[in-house]
Amino acid sequence: MEKKLKMASKNLNFYYGDFKALHDVHLDFYENEVTALIGPSGCGKSTFLRCLNRMNDLIPISRVEGEILLDGANIYAPSVDVVNLRSRIGMVFQKPNPFPKTIFENVAYGLRVNGNRDRAYLAHRVEESLKRAALWEEVKDRLNDSALGLSGGQQQRLCIARALAVEPEVLLMDEPASALDPIATQKIEELIHQLKENYTIIIVTHNMQQAARVSDITAFFYIGKLIEIGETDALFTRPRLKQTEEYITGRFG
Amino acid sequence: MNSSRVETMDDFVSLKSKKEKGFFDNSGPESSRSRLARRKFFQKLLFIMFRIAAGLNGVVLLIIVYYLVSNGWRAINWTFLTQAPMDSMTKGGILPCIVGTFLLGVGALVVAFPIGVASAIYINEYARPGKVLRIVRLGISNLAGVPSVVFGLFGLAFFVIYLEMGVSLLAGALTLGAMSLPVIIGSSEEALKAVPNTYREASLGLGATKWQTIWRVVLPSALPGILTGGILGLSRAAGETAPIMFTAAVFFTPRLPKSVFDEVMALPYHIYVLATAGTEIEATRHLQYGTALVLIVMVLGLNLVAIIWRSRLRRKMK
Amino acid sequence: MVMRRQLKEKFMRNLFTLVAFASIAILLAITIFLFKEGLPVFNLISVKDFFFGIYWYPTSDPPDFGIFPLIVASISVTLLSASIAIPLGVMTAVYLAEVASPRVRELIKPIVELLAALPSVVIGFFGMVVVAPFLQNTFNIATGLNLFNASLMLAFMSIPTICSISEDAVYSVPDALREASLALGATHLETIFRVVLPAAVSGICTAIILGMSRAIGETMVVLMVAGGAAMVPSSIFDPVRAMPGSIAAEMAEAPFRGDHYHALFATAIVLFMFTFLFNLIADYMSHKYRQVGDATL
Repeated sequence: MEKKLKMASKNLNFYYGDFKALHDVHLDFYENEVTALIGPSGCGKSTFLRCLNRMNDLIPISRVEGEILLDGANIYAPSVDVVNLRSRIGMVFQKPNPFPKTIFENVAYGLRVNGNRDRAYLAHRVEESLKRAALWEEVKDRLNDSALGLSGGQQQRLCIARALAVEPEVLLMDEPASALDPIATQKIEELIHQLKENYTIIIVTHNMQQAARVSDITAFFYIGKLIEIGETDALFTRPRLKQTEEYITGRFG
Repeated sequence: MNSSRVETMDDFVSLKSKKEKGFFDNSGPESSRSRLARRKFFQKLLFIMFRIAAGLNGVVLLIIVYYLVSNGWRAINWTFLTQAPMDSMTKGGILPCIVGTFLLGVGALVVAFPIGVASAIYINEYARPGKVLRIVRLGISNLAGVPSVVFGLFGLAFFVIYLEMGVSLLAGALTLGAMSLPVIIGSSEEALKAVPNTYREASLGLGATKWQTIWRVVLPSALPGILTGGILGLSRAAGETAPIMFTAAVFFTPRLPKSVFDEVMALPYHIYVLATAGTEIEATRHLQYGTALVLIVMVLGLNLVAIIWRSRLRRKMK
Repeated sequence: MVMRRQLKEKFMRNLFTLVAFASIAILLAITIFLFKEGLPVFNLISVKDFFFGIYWYPTSDPPDFGIFPLIVASISVTLLSASIAIPLGVMTAVYLAEVASPRVRELIKPIVELLAALPSVVIGFFGMVVVAPFLQNTFNIATGLNLFNASLMLAFMSIPTICSISEDAVYSVPDALREASLALGATHLETIFRVVLPAAVSGICTAIILGMSRAIGETMVVLMVAGGAAMVPSSIFDPVRAMPGSIAAEMAEAPFRGDHYHALFATAIVLFMFTFLFNLIADYMSHKYRQVGDATL
């Protein structure tokens, strides 16, 4: 099967004020693949992830150099509308962050801000998204309850459903299971497996077993640099570089 | 975190090295045990003083409320609350003052609330750190420091004379609104700050615009806190005297205001007039106490509501 | 669609930015109108005579517009009230932030806030009808409406300001500093005096200045309680006439745009300058001497 390039970063440098947080990162992401970004904390993997949907724009003193291409077009080009961009690239955060609204309104939020008002259409899309996030059976009888009453794992799947409802092409996940128990984590991981049929998924994780379980490609970051990238199986069994080997065998980090 | 912190730790270490001078000295001719006892005694003594100082606030508040209630409650009855003053204000009630104060307070809120909330939204959501924000903040803190009588003169020169509103409800409400603006900005800002950043990120990550995020996620979460600030602003405006002396309030007017260009009576000004300029100051003492009691019940009541509401909110946030 | 949305975003941002300048616009308008109505008095009297003239007889013929006694009254009332309010306010703040149990704090903090919420006219009234007779009888003086009474009332109006800002400053001193001191064998009190208060000093100074700014600008209390004599006081039981009280008392009777009217506006300029200066100093202190570590104001 021919792999299709979805996103790519070229010569990406990122600064917080004078501090250079990312050095010259080259990285390609293919459709229907899960790419895991691993590395010790502070290595820049989350910063990199947040460059991919321009979430770092919110940090006043930050600066980006280089390009990130989505379907061949630079997302940092001046003509790009960042709001449009973010509805094409969904994001799931480290801590589940549902809005203090009902379950239904949480999932419908992204549709509503895009101007959809038709109740039947919204209901249909909410159901579909919740099903894809494997949450429908658990919440279908209480869609009008507050989302804050759900368990942590349910909240995170709700956040995934909320992201899916906008029909993004790429899904960014920033340590989506780090605040969850093992059973909820397993559910999320299964979900990631199913979702890659339709999406390009990029996941940041500090848990190497998780990276090994869910991803096709793994990229190893260290102090702001991309050290090594390869097929996940290969990277974990036969790392080419010493730094990678030391990290995945737990000798530092 | 930064170098200044380290400096302070150094200061702290140097404090320790000044042994001969200080509390940290455990050696010396005296036995360390008796020295420790003295240190502990000293601590106990000062903590008692701190407690007395704190308690004094409560005592003062109680004394003031006690005097007003014990002398004022007899004056308060149905007639007092529903009639206009009679016989050169030596008899009758204070209805026009209650109505006037209510209208002035609400008017001030109508002026200051939208501007205040919008300013807070700018500061907390749109502004980036820098010169502009610094200047805006400096303006607000200086506005908060302007004496109330200066607001009164400003209202007189600008609203009453320059804009030809005359001594009127409108001029008074605008003056009070300008005065309570910093209060509302301050508490709205606090409420917006308390909205977790994860809400904003989640909304923006879903492709919502900044304004949609503010309108649909941030403001609903901050609303109770913002309303609390509104109540505080209202109570501050209702209790002020100096800003309305030359802009809205008159000694006596027998009728209730019909339009915003009418002059009004107001509780605080009524107290001042009765207590200092009336024809029979001693004879109207009970009316003065009664009016003061009505005013503090209104003002402290509003504040109490705001305080209780806010402490509930804070508990819920945790 | 995208164009329209971006336009709306831009519009909203500009709208909010514009509205945020309302405070500055009001401040500017206040300045402009005070000067517009106040400066004409200097056609009549020199700046020096206005500031340092010791006679304030605005209604005699010819009138005397020397505000020196008013300035002295304002300053002495402020200083005396500060000498009462600073120790009480700071001690209350330290008690709340360092010593009190959470339950006591939950009780005292609202009390301090309610004290701040008392309308000034009520405090003035209280000083007039309760405190003044008490002082008169206790100290056997001519009048209970004097500098001391006004300072006492003002003190209780500025305590809440001093207390709440100082408390924030003390509260935000990082625990690491406290723990370091306690671990070296210092008592809690020694830790407070040698570590916590020095670390919070800029916040406390800001609090004190803002408290004094509130006292010097407060109107109703000095109007009702200070006694109203426009003379340089020689004792703390002398009646005085502070700037805000003088403006409030006389503006109603001053002929519109007469000399007296302009002189009162000019007095307001002086008062405004005082509070403006206080606030600039407070702002400078809270920015220049930022607290250490996590503690910021």
